[in-house]
Amino acid sequence: MCLSVPALVLRIEGDMAEVSVGGAVFRAGLQMVENVVVGDYILLHTGFAIQKLDERDAIETLELLKELNEAGNE
Amino acid sequence: MKEIIAMNHGAGFGMTHELIKSVFARTFAMEEPMTDSAILENEGRKLAFTTDSYVVDPVFFPGGDIGKLSICGTVNDLAVSGAVPKYISASFIIEEGFSKDDLFTIVCSMADEARKARVRIVTGDTKVVEKGKCDKIFISTSGVGILEDRNSGISFGKEVVPGDVLIINGPVGNHAIAVLGARNNLKFSTPVVSDCASLNRLTKHVLENCSGIHFMRDLTRGGLAVVLNELATMTGLGILVDESSVPVDSPVRGLCEILGFDPLYLANEGKILFVVHSEESDKVVEIMRNEPEGREAAVVGRVVGGNESRVILSTKIGGRRILDVPSGIQLPRIC
Amino acid sequence: MKQEMNDPGVKYIEEFRDKEMVLNLSGRIRDSVTGEYSFMEVCGGHTAAIHRFGIPSLLPPAIRLVSGPGCPVCVTGVDYIDKAVAYSRLDNIIICTFGDLMKVPGTGSSLEKERAGGADVRLVLSCLDALEIAEYNPGKTVIFLAIGFETTAPGSAVTILRAREKGIRNFRVLAAHKVMPPAMKALVTGESKLDGFICPGHVAAITGSMAFEFLPGDFGLACVVTGFEPTDILLSVLMLVKQVNSGKPAVEIEYSRAVTRLGNSIAQERLSRVFEPCDAAWRGLGMIPGSGLRLRRDFEEFDAEITFPLDIALREENRSCICGRILKGLNTPVDCKLFGKSCTPESPAGACMVSAEGACNVYYRYPE
Repeated sequence: MCLSVPALVLRIEGDMAEVSVGGAVFRAGLQMVENVVVGDYILLHTGFAIQKLDERDAIETLELLKELNEAGNE
Repeated sequence: MKEIIAMNHGAGFGMTHELIKSVFARTFAMEEPMTDSAILENEGRKLAFTTDSYVVDPVFFPGGDIGKLSICGTVNDLAVSGAVPKYISASFIIEEGFSKDDLFTIVCSMADEARKARVRIVTGDTKVVEKGKCDKIFISTSGVGILEDRNSGISFGKEVVPGDVLIINGPVGNHAIAVLGARNNLKFSTPVVSDCASLNRLTKHVLENCSGIHFMRDLTRGGLAVVLNELATMTGLGILVDESSVPVDSPVRGLCEILGFDPLYLANEGKILFVVHSEESDKVVEIMRNEPEGREAAVVGRVVGGNESRVILSTKIGGRRILDVPSGIQLPRIC
Repeated sequence: MKQEMNDPGVKYIEEFRDKEMVLNLSGRIRDSVTGEYSFMEVCGGHTAAIHRFGIPSLLPPAIRLVSGPGCPVCVTGVDYIDKAVAYSRLDNIIICTFGDLMKVPGTGSSLEKERAGGADVRLVLSCLDALEIAEYNPGKTVIFLAIGFETTAPGSAVTILRAREKGIRNFRVLAAHKVMPPAMKALVTGESKLDGFICPGHVAAITGSMAFEFLPGDFGLACVVTGFEPTDILLSVLMLVKQVNSGKPAVEIEYSRAVTRLGNSIAQERLSRVFEPCDAAWRGLGMIPGSGLRLRRDFEEFDAEITFPLDIALREENRSCICGRILKGLNTPVDCKLFGKSCTPESPAGACMVSAEGACNVYYRYPE
């Protein structure tokens, strides 16, 4: 139950935002997330931001994958 | 319950083919296989003859309008049969109340495109219906082209063999997304522009300079996936497609992620699949890349042996799955 | 891999689809396997991703991925479609729905067929769009078909609160939201051959990973909350295999960029303000206590069934339909008497054949 996609916040007006997925622009309700600013990434699902995406965690996961990759190549 | 015609009968594949087979082809005693243009012979001369109707909504969209579409579509149907398009007819069904300025804009688009494609619009018809009896304007175009003997087998794919290379002339999905975005009832905007273009100059250059062109078809409704399946069925051979080689523009990709669409199934109006002998493929790509409509030409797969006429997709991450014909028009999903 | 630590350009999609990484993970999984494993995913998004990227072709045969009841369309009863169809036939009604429901066959018709016959059925991408349609059509009533799990339900709640705030009186929902954990419990109680769950990452973004802690706690099952890119899925499978091997099942979060243990508390608050748990029938699984969401009494004015009462009975499942056992991973589609005969994608008998991601539907189209 999950077609949710990472989207970049372009503009905020009140509790609604314009977000971009690769250049395609959608509206997103921000009623369920706090402290979102332009430039953040949110998880867009059925017209709502359901979570703010954490860049540090993303990078951490990518780093973990990178380590596994390198360890595997030894 | 009384049988009715549903939207999926107009999808361009699946139910459309069934309808054509069971109602039209049978009654009109049309010969199989059905190709984009009919290949006719008259006193030693071969002609390609095709017809198409345009009901696109909205009538004006980024990259074109219904007029430009009607010329490109018919020119391309002739071009992919290996013919040189010559003459077009244009019939109009116009809804009462339609703006005369808009009509003029559309007709100018048609004239422009005909000039670019070096075809002449020679005959036509006009009807006006009461408000509500048609959606603004419908255009029907028919076209005739001259076909040289050596190219006359291209639409039947009889020379396609295992090892042949699949080439398309650029990114897919742009037309479908541009039109969807212009409809504005799904609340999103996109910088995507329709790829609507006449491709007869492209096909002419390829055919003049290369041998080994075994098959051509334009990727309209149902996209690349449907054409590949038609090819597999027609030749009885297997097809292998490399997903990461199929060019897709970034906003098209983004929209597909959100709406749950697969770009391989989206409609195009300026894309052709070429099936080419492996020895000629580099040359074909080079020639295409020198044309404006082929700048991003790419090899996307090949015809393989085996006795299963299936289309296998090698996914971006190295997995494999079957690329089948969808059951109908894609609808945006949440899940 | 080309990602720099201080590069602000993480796009969250392409980096997680790296082919080399995927192949490497695939190899590691193969090396870690010491027996046979059965993992279930309960999310349409996972079913789709697994199929789309061809993930089974990258896993050793010792690992079986089972598709559970993760598709809200599949598990919604035929009576829901029949109700929607009945509403679409009323005057001055606009039905707003997600695309998923358009083609699902009801007892005699579908929303798509009704639209072909002239009914005002509109596709929306968001419940908020449905509310906007209500605002612009004051002479009609909009009925929004509210399906979906915990990822989607808070959106309905937020929209209803907004409708109340704005005093919009012509907006209704036909609620059929469901929640995952009670269904997962039903799947593992009694007969079950599962070793663990690929837990739904976006449900968890709302509920928090804590919602799944009863699975290792009470049932000894391995759990990993998983994202939707191929590297996410493969990394999670590796984590699951390791959990099973170590004999220490837990709820781990692979999808840390979107999921925390506590989840989205704002969304949870909105949800519980507007909805309350109720018993619900899952197509193929029967009645599962506490697995559905209904509007609280305080919000009854938004309930379509109260404004427009209907008399549509819950239809009994075909007795030969073994969707329940397939959803539990106990049987495969070919074991079913109806499969491919009276039950096909065009005329589905049960949940597993209804949607493109249902196990029987996928098996029917790709029999290998």
